[in-house]
Amino acid sequence: MSRLLLLLAVLAASGCASSPDADPRDPWEGMNRAVYSFNDGFDDYLAKPVAGVYKDVLHVEIRSRVSNFFANIQDIFIGVNNVLQGKFQDGIEDWARFVFNSTLGLAGIHDVASDMGIEKHNEDFGQTFGRWGAGTGPYLILPFLGSSTLRDAGGTVVDYYFAPLPHVRPIALRNTLYGLYFVNTRAELLDASSILDQAALDRYVFQRDAYLQRRRSLIYDGSPPREREEEVNDKPDSTVK
Amino acid sequence: MNMRKLLFAIGIFSFLAAAHAQEALAPDVLVKNVTLEVVEIIQRDKEIRTGNRAKLIQVIDAKVLPHFNFASMTALAMGQHWKSATPEQRQQLVDAFRTLLVRTYASALAAYSEQKFDFRPLRAKPTDTDVTVQVRVIQSGAQPVPIDYSMEKTAAGWKVYDVMVGGVSLVANYRTEFANVVRSSGVDGLIKDLQTKNKTLEQKK
Repeated sequence: MSRLLLLLAVLAASGCASSPDADPRDPWEGMNRAVYSFNDGFDDYLAKPVAGVYKDVLHVEIRSRVSNFFANIQDIFIGVNNVLQGKFQDGIEDWARFVFNSTLGLAGIHDVASDMGIEKHNEDFGQTFGRWGAGTGPYLILPFLGSSTLRDAGGTVVDYYFAPLPHVRPIALRNTLYGLYFVNTRAELLDASSILDQAALDRYVFQRDAYLQRRRSLIYDGSPPREREEEVNDKPDSTVK
Repeated sequence: MNMRKLLFAIGIFSFLAAAHAQEALAPDVLVKNVTLEVVEIIQRDKEIRTGNRAKLIQVIDAKVLPHFNFASMTALAMGQHWKSATPEQRQQLVDAFRTLLVRTYASALAAYSEQKFDFRPLRAKPTDTDVTVQVRVIQSGAQPVPIDYSMEKTAAGWKVYDVMVGGVSLVANYRTEFANVVRSSGVDGLIKDLQTKNKTLEQKK
């Protein structure tokens, strides 16, 4: 964890080395692109192939049990974040989900709460900080974890601190669970990442903008206020001829 | 009036009625009908399900494309640079961007057509000419993914001019990319990049 903080400090120090026409949201683009290509290499040679095998070998039903198991544990902290943001009703729903899924759903491997109509939410400490008024800060690519911002990286540190997984003992079990979690998560994203590869002219830029848009939408639970820039040139004349 | 004339008149009348019904279709009904129709075609067609991308693109061309306004989408993605493009450049941009979006859309459909859809009731006044139609993709163990279609009313019925997936606007997401390319190599550079991209994707499959 201290290594992550050190990295942030180094990045902050190198912030002044940005080029003049850089995107104001991404002053550390040079550094970010370097970490991005490192992550890409790791993904191409290890994560993606392993996730591909995992997906081929395990039936979708089993993979979805694995996803549900991890998702269920996260519901506790999604609830904490909802309460911290003053959304008590949502928080209670998250905890109700955890109770039903942990019992009737057999330790979370079945998402019975969704079938009962208690919908899953998406919250984390990065969003809570945003809700409390913290700006995103510069865009940041974390090693292995990918897209983030200075604020969201801070949130990730807090998420990590509260998550039960890092505290599981014995270490061998913890590492096995971690491995399963990362491979399963990457497998879930195989389709999405190949669509991203197809859609983007510059994958780095496309992914960055999508991440920033997505986080903004999540902080406002799907209905962010319109940005001013959009209102100005909302609908240019689209005549072709 | 003889029989033949009468039949002809009935034919014309029912054709007009059908055309009118199509035009008057509410935007949320339109989205629901088209989505369900396309998903059903995919689920029935073994060739498409086993990865025949060309056939899937044919289906999208026939069923989905007529409801999109690609000129609007391209203009929005170009932002301020749209003004500096000549009519020919605009046409080339629209064509190349359309090809790229259709291919992306085909991949997304192939990946997610087995999910359940939740069509949200439209929140708009009957007089509105610009609405957002909300659909949600339901998945077990995760928050539903919202898909929002921004639609405008035109003489030829309601047309989609932007799609937001999980809060990410497709059009806005291309804006920075397009602006970067235009700044470094002009509008022609962007046209060339899009065409090269499309060619590479075509060769892959």
